[in-house]
Amino acid sequence: MSTYRIQGATGDWEVVIGLEVHAQVTSNSKLFSGSATAFGAEPNSQVSLIDAAMPGMLPVPNRECIRQAVRTGMAIEAQINKWSRFDRKNYFYADLPQGYQISQLYHPLVGEGSLTIEADEKAGIPADKVIGIERIHVEQDAGKLMHDQHPTMSYVDLNRSGVALMEIVSRPDMASPAEAGAYLSKLRTILRYVGSCDGNMDQGSMRADVNVSVRRPGEELGTRTETKNVNSVRFVMQAIEHEASRQVDVLEAGGKIVQETRLFDPGTGSTRSMRSKEDAHDYRYFPDPDLLPLELDDAFLEECRASLPELPDAKRARYEGELGLSAYNAAVLTADVDTFAWFEALLAETASAQGKQPAEVAKQAANWLISEFFGALNKLGKSLEDSPISHEQAAELLALVGKGTISGSIAKQVLETMFETGDNAGIIVEREGLKQESDTGAIEAKVDEILAANADKVAQYKDGKVALFGFFVGQTMKAMAGKGNPQVVNEILKAKLG
Amino acid sequence: MTELTELGVAQIRDGVANGDFSAVEVATAFNANVAAAQEALNAFIIATPEKAIEAAQATDAKRARGEALGKMGGVPIGMKDLFATFDVQTTAASHMLEGFKPQYESTVSQKLWDAGAGMLGKLNLDQFAMGSSNETSYFGNVISPWKRNDGGNAALAPGGSSGGSSSALAARLCPAATGTDTGGSIRQPAAFTGTTGIKPTYGRCSRWGVVAFASSLDQAGPMARSVQDCAIMLEAMAGFDAKDSTSLDMPVPNWEAALSGDMKGKKVGIPKEYRVDGLDEDVAKSWDDGIAWLKDAGAEIVEISLPHTKYALPTYYIIAPAEASSNLARYDGVRYGLRDLPDGANLQDMYAATRAAGFGPEVKRRILIGTYVLSAGFYDAYYTQAQKVRALIAQDFAKAFEQCDVILAPTAPSAAFGLGENVDDPLKMYLNDVFAVPASLAGLPAMSVPAGLNREGLPLGLQVIGKAFDEQGVLNAGLAIEARAQFSAKPEKWW
Repeated sequence: MSTYRIQGATGDWEVVIGLEVHAQVTSNSKLFSGSATAFGAEPNSQVSLIDAAMPGMLPVPNRECIRQAVRTGMAIEAQINKWSRFDRKNYFYADLPQGYQISQLYHPLVGEGSLTIEADEKAGIPADKVIGIERIHVEQDAGKLMHDQHPTMSYVDLNRSGVALMEIVSRPDMASPAEAGAYLSKLRTILRYVGSCDGNMDQGSMRADVNVSVRRPGEELGTRTETKNVNSVRFVMQAIEHEASRQVDVLEAGGKIVQETRLFDPGTGSTRSMRSKEDAHDYRYFPDPDLLPLELDDAFLEECRASLPELPDAKRARYEGELGLSAYNAAVLTADVDTFAWFEALLAETASAQGKQPAEVAKQAANWLISEFFGALNKLGKSLEDSPISHEQAAELLALVGKGTISGSIAKQVLETMFETGDNAGIIVEREGLKQESDTGAIEAKVDEILAANADKVAQYKDGKVALFGFFVGQTMKAMAGKGNPQVVNEILKAKLG
Repeated sequence: MTELTELGVAQIRDGVANGDFSAVEVATAFNANVAAAQEALNAFIIATPEKAIEAAQATDAKRARGEALGKMGGVPIGMKDLFATFDVQTTAASHMLEGFKPQYESTVSQKLWDAGAGMLGKLNLDQFAMGSSNETSYFGNVISPWKRNDGGNAALAPGGSSGGSSSALAARLCPAATGTDTGGSIRQPAAFTGTTGIKPTYGRCSRWGVVAFASSLDQAGPMARSVQDCAIMLEAMAGFDAKDSTSLDMPVPNWEAALSGDMKGKKVGIPKEYRVDGLDEDVAKSWDDGIAWLKDAGAEIVEISLPHTKYALPTYYIIAPAEASSNLARYDGVRYGLRDLPDGANLQDMYAATRAAGFGPEVKRRILIGTYVLSAGFYDAYYTQAQKVRALIAQDFAKAFEQCDVILAPTAPSAAFGLGENVDDPLKMYLNDVFAVPASLAGLPAMSVPAGLNREGLPLGLQVIGKAFDEQGVLNAGLAIEARAQFSAKPEKWW
């Protein structure tokens, strides 16, 4: 149970949240036409006769869009409806060429499913929580109006008109902004795993309508408002916080919540009224007579299921179980497609470079990736996608460490050089003479020098100031320009100091 | 030699193939008739004589090269102005689309051109195919070439919505024309003008590129002056089209080759519910004639029942306007067609002004009806209910066809009426389609063939309704009637 409460002047309030997420389906062409769907194209360069709703044009469903929605449904363990149907949602707007949006009201493609958000104490999510998903239906996106192109006229760009969207409707199962944020992040992760949506919220590929109401703990549901088109996890959380406190203020002042549609202003983090229920459109939904009902056969469903990748929850469990990673590392590495893809490639290369089983080198690879590599990338302001080195190069570096050719601290230095030059680790180590010194004789000689030069400290150490051991290690390593094998240095020092 | 414009599709096709005359001669003759009748009959919105000649020249050249000519080789036709034709104005007889030149060609018209047909022009129709008399056209009503034999000179309706097609056929302005039928728009005008037309099974002809009225009912079909000509042209028009999700994925039979008026072993159903009280006497008599002819052709006559017939018209007038109200939403002044932008108008004002100016009264009436029946609180009572009744009507037919092979009924409850006689009473106008609408709701093939003249000297049509996909059965029964009705009357030329 979420403990999130809004402390009003008259007592505590609970928040009830549901999200309707619009996710653009990853496909080469639109839901009912052959037009391209690429982001950022010249206005009106990806518009077919169908998208522009020319007289006599007819929609033909794109199999790939349906397939992606079905796969998404399977990924949230939802019921897949073998019989579904498209309906028309009628309203007039300049970005809606047909005068209706083809959607699915009465018989959606995907029925009841769910996903699990993970416990996060810091965020106020004490335990894993299952969030219900009521349905996923498929529908057309609208075009875009541009109001800044002409002093008195608006321009219309129909590139997006007809692009396939999945509308993923949650149950009102979330009770805090953190839970809503976690739900949206998890959903995005699943979509990206499945490959049915790229999840690029800043490009509008994913956006959420946020339904919020408040109530006294345990009481009946309050009246909800719907805040439209919020396009980041952070904004969704902000919108909920603002909207919930606004509702509490209204109620505590003796007012009533009006069921209405609201807009989120990212600048101020607040919401404002767009239209009330009274002004709501009557969409006059009815089955689209241009389209036959969508009937899916078993072979199609089997193919959809067989094509699903390992999903986030399963992967995380496997990382912890089979690979023995910490819960934290497993969570970090499975949070995104790019991350686990990099990790798994690195792991395979590392295992083969060191002639070991993946499970034997998984911790090394995971630790290095998270603590060294991400940090180094961050410093450069780069993401995994545009990493200056490949996973083969990284595996070679890890193998040098694993075989004791260089130490962990030298590895950091080598990585920096790799980033700068793009050279392979082996070449850098060779060129700059960074090979670790494991020769006992050489190390003994250095240790003797250090002990001789620091006779006073040796005396103190022998008197019981054992903390000085680190000092001797540091001095030795320094004298050896960091190349001394730390294990050997330790052993020799211990022996000499008695 | 007979006048070329008296010839039908088969005769022209064969004559051109045999070298009896050239395709250009045929096109030239029809072009002349079109031009001469335009002022009096107003059957065409625009004539395209150059297109007809161009296609004819291509056919003649093919013949000269010894190549095979298409199914419609050398046949010039009229194209109902509901079919999008590349770079040729396509209006649906509405001000809304005046001047609109599509940069695409409808599937059906393309198939006809591919089969060797040429285009004489774009035929007038009721606006957006909504009407039964052609009086709703923005470009003026079509006049029927027929006159009553009462010595009066009343201008008569050619039927609708394919009234340009029917008038042009009866007046010999073309040997064949395309029609579309949503609730009788091929059959009723054919009956009114003594011509022949078939609405095939829903899905036989692609709707791609045909301006939509009511998607679940709209179906294109041929109109001509004989059953054989209809069979030939339907073969050219029909066929699966991946661009239309409701298109039938079935091979197109060779209907012409299988034509046979022999009805031995066939059962013809006579629906008792169509024998309504106060049925026009002449219509009743022609129906009896039809029964006798089919008996003579060897058929067994059985009485059948279609119990939900009386609900067909109200059902149709819920479903068709509902779909139309949505289909016509795209005419908003934003992308093409008429835009009426009053000074200082915002988007809503532009919609209102554009649609007020662009649509005629009947179109507006149906948009309003359709919007109403789909609106919140009324949807279940009207639309959902209508869909249930539609299913019952289809079931009626399915049961009836367990007892018979085809159904025989009148096409329309009366002969052609005078222009202006029904305009003030939409309900009376809607009643024209009472016998046509049930087959439309059930998606069944149905045709009208001329049966004779009534006491006023005006043509009456008989309707044959068949099982789904059984156009052959319909055409064959039509042929049996045609052979016995010996309909040879034609309007006296007054234009």
